[in-house]
Amino acid sequence: MSERTTILRGGRVVDPASGRDGVADVLIRDGRVVRVGPGLEVESEAAVIDVPGGCVVCPGFVDMHAHLREPGAEHKETVATGAAAAVAGGFTAVACMPDTEPANDEAGVTGLILARAAEAGLARVYPIGAVTRGRAGRQLAAIGELRDAGCVAVSDAGRPVADAILMRRALEYAAMCGMPVIDHCEETALTVDGVAHEGGAAALLGLRGMPAAAEEIHAGRDVALSGLTGAPVHLAHVSARGTLRVVRSGKARGVPVTCEVTPHHLTLTDERLAEYDTNCKMNPPLRGAADVEALVDGLADGTIDCVATDHAPRHVDEKLAEFDRAAFGVVGLETAVSVCLDRLVHAGHVSLSRLVGLLSANPARILGVEGGALTEGAPADITVLAPDLPVTVDARGFRSLARNTPFDGWSLRGGVAATMVGGRTVYVNASVRGADAFGLASGRAAAGGADAAAGGDPRAGAPTRV
Amino acid sequence: MAPTAEPSRRAPDSPLGLDAPVRLRTKDLLSIGDLSPDEILLILDTAEAMKEVGTRSIKKVPALRGHTVVNLFFEPSTRTRTSFEIAEKRLSADTVNVAASGSSVSKGETLADTLRNLEAMSPDMIVLRHASAGAGHLAARLCGACIINAGDGMHEHPTQALVDAFTIRERKGGLAGLRVSIIGDLLHSRVFRSNLRLLRVLGAQVCACGPATLMLPDMERLGVRATTSVDDAVAGADVIMLLRVQLERMRGHFFPSRREYFQRFGMTMARLRRAAPDAVVMHPGPMNRGVEIASEVADGSRSVILEQVANGVAVRMAVLYLLAGSRRGAAPGGPALDGGSGWDRAGE
Ligand SMILES: [Zn+2]
Repeated sequence: MSERTTILRGGRVVDPASGRDGVADVLIRDGRVVRVGPGLEVESEAAVIDVPGGCVVCPGFVDMHAHLREPGAEHKETVATGAAAAVAGGFTAVACMPDTEPANDEAGVTGLILARAAEAGLARVYPIGAVTRGRAGRQLAAIGELRDAGCVAVSDAGRPVADAILMRRALEYAAMCGMPVIDHCEETALTVDGVAHEGGAAALLGLRGMPAAAEEIHAGRDVALSGLTGAPVHLAHVSARGTLRVVRSGKARGVPVTCEVTPHHLTLTDERLAEYDTNCKMNPPLRGAADVEALVDGLADGTIDCVATDHAPRHVDEKLAEFDRAAFGVVGLETAVSVCLDRLVHAGHVSLSRLVGLLSANPARILGVEGGALTEGAPADITVLAPDLPVTVDARGFRSLARNTPFDGWSLRGGVAATMVGGRTVYVNASVRGADAFGLASGRAAAGGADAAAGGDPRAGAPTRV
Repeated sequence: MAPTAEPSRRAPDSPLGLDAPVRLRTKDLLSIGDLSPDEILLILDTAEAMKEVGTRSIKKVPALRGHTVVNLFFEPSTRTRTSFEIAEKRLSADTVNVAASGSSVSKGETLADTLRNLEAMSPDMIVLRHASAGAGHLAARLCGACIINAGDGMHEHPTQALVDAFTIRERKGGLAGLRVSIIGDLLHSRVFRSNLRLLRVLGAQVCACGPATLMLPDMERLGVRATTSVDDAVAGADVIMLLRVQLERMRGHFFPSRREYFQRFGMTMARLRRAAPDAVVMHPGPMNRGVEIASEVADGSRSVILEQVANGVAVRMAVLYLLAGSRRGAAPGGPALDGGSGWDRAGE
C-alpha cells in the first residue's frame, strides 16, 4: 500500500460533524484524513491540490436511497453506471435498494452487488437487503445473513411492509442485527390505481389520486411500532405535511425514528402534471404547495434527517406511455446537489452547513457506515462543491443510463467540482476552473486499491468480496 | 386573409353565415382550455352554418376534400364515433376507423407505437378516444397530425361540452348568467370537466351536485357551487345536465345501491318541478334509465337529449373545419366550404 500523501489546500471546509466551517487544509494519507486545519505543514513529496477559489470541501455525500437495477434490469442501470452517476453528482457512497430481480433477499445477491461495485471502483455501494422474502410481505428475509454479507439496512423498497406484526418483528430482529428498517409509507387500500397526488390538479386532469393521508397513516403505525419496540425505523421519501407531524411528535417523545426527503418533493408540486409529463410521475407523488412548504420547514427545523434521491432509472419505453400506465420514478443522482444548492441554500431556506449535514453526516449515521465527517482517521471521502457554478441540466449527458428527470433543461446555480473516494479523485468537473488540480490524486494506488474506494469493505467485520 | 382569433360576425349575404376567420390558434383540441373565449364563440357560430348543411338534400360540402381523418377509438363508442364520422363525411374528408379490438392494440402494441405507425401514413387529423387521461397529449407530442380529443379517460371530452353549449345557446339565446346544474357522477366524468371549463368561460353560474363520494376536491376554488342536495341544485335552475353513473370506472363502493342512488340523486318529474319553468334537461349519454334519470324525464317535453345528439354532428363539423384551417393555416381562406356551385370564395 502506498504511503502517498495528498493535501487539499486553502479551501473552505464545511464539516457539520465537527462543527467546522472555515478555510482549512485537509491532509490525506493512505485514503484517510490525517489532519484538518489551517496552514498545515507537509513533507515535500506530498501532492498539493490547491482548492479552486470559491469551492467548498465537504465530507463525501451519502445517498441512502437509490435503485441501481442490477441484477435483473441492466438496461435501465447497472451498479457501475449508477456509481458513475453518483460520483458525478457528488455522492461518494450510495445505498441501493433491494428491488432487483431477483430481490436482494439473500447473501448471494448482496455479494454480486458488492463485486460489481468493486469492479467499478467509483462510489462506495452499500446494499440494502429486503425485509421479507422476495419483498412479498409474507416471511422475514434472511436478515442476519444479509447483514453478514454487507447489507446496511433492510427495506421492501417501493412497497410498504403492510402486515403490522411482520413489521414489528422485522424492527426487533433488524435492530438486533444493528440495522434500521427503511419503510415506504403507503396505506395501499387508499391508493389503489392512484397515479398522482389527490388534490385539485389531479382532479382536473382526471388522474386517480393518492391522498397524503395514505402516507401519514402508515407513518403513524411505523412510529408507534418503533416506540413500542425501541427499534430504529427510517421513513423513506416523506412527501406529506401530515407525515412530518407524525415524525415530529415521535421524535419529541424519544422514538428512534428518522426520515428522508427527495429533492423533487422539496421543489416541485402537482402543478407540474398539467402536460401529463410522465417524468413527473413518481411514488409518493408530487404534492401540493403546502406540503412542499412544510418539507422545506422540516429541513430547517431538524424533523427531516437527510436528503436522499430515490434515484429510480427507467427505460424510455416505460415513460413514453399513457400517464396512468407509465412507470413511477425519476433519476436524481446527477441533479440532487445542484437542485438543493439552488432551491434550498441560495433561496435562503437552509444554510450550506445544514445541507451538507443532510447529505453526509446524517445518512452515514442512520446507516451506521463510516464517513460523513472530515475528522482524523475518517475515510478521505470528499465532495468538493462549486456553490456558484452555473449549471444547465442536460439529461442526454447523464452518466446514468436513464434520462427520466423532471429537471431537464433547468438552469441552476451550484454544482460539484470534484469527488474523492478513499483519497482518490473519482470525478472532476471540467467546467470548474482549477478543478483539474484534483487529477493529481486520480491514481488508484493513492487510495489503497479499488476495494477500499468501492465499498468492498464498507463496515468493520464485513467480508471483502472481489 | 389574415389569421385572426376574432369571433366571426355573420355576414347576411354569406350563404353559410360565415365571415372570413376560419382557423384556430391551436394545432390540437385536447381540452377546452386550449381555446380562447373568442375561439369558442367562433366554433359555435361556425356550427350554426354547419347545421344548415345538414338540412340540405345533399348534406355534403367539399371543405375537407383530400384530408385524411383517422378515428382512433380505444374505448367502445357508438354516439361519438358515429357523430364524428358523419361530420367528416359531410365535409368530404377521407375517413378511416380504427377500433381497438380490430387493431394491433390487441396484440400488445403500445399506444406510442400505434400512433407512430399511423403518423407514418400522414393523416391530417386523428380523432382519439382512449381510457387514459392525457392520451391526447401523448399523441400530440408524437404526431404532426392534428389531434382531436374525443374523450380521454376521466379528463375531458371537449367536443361534447361544445355540443352542450351549442344546444343551450340555441334554446336560451346565450349562456351568460344562466343557472346550470350538473348532477351525477362528477368524479369519473370527462364531460363534467370539459363543461366546467366551458360554462364558466361563457359566463354561466355552475352548480355541481352528486354524492360526497363522487365529488371533486376544491370545487369552490374552481368557481363552482357544490352541493350534495339534489333539490338544492335543481331549485331555479335553467339547465339541468345529468351525468351518467359510470359503474365501469368505479373500483369499490361509492354508494350503497343503484336504487338508493336513484332515490337520492335521480332526476324525477317531481324534482324537476323545482327548476325554472322553462328549464331544459340534458344528458351526454348513454343513459342509465332509472339510475340518474327517470324515463319520464328523459322522454319528456323538457328533455333536449336528442337535440344534443343532432347538434353533435354540426359542432364536430365546425371543429374539424376550423382545425383543418389552423393546420393549413397559410392557405388563403382555409378549406373550401362551398359546394362548388357558385360560392366562390377565392380572393378572400
Ligand atoms: Zn425508492
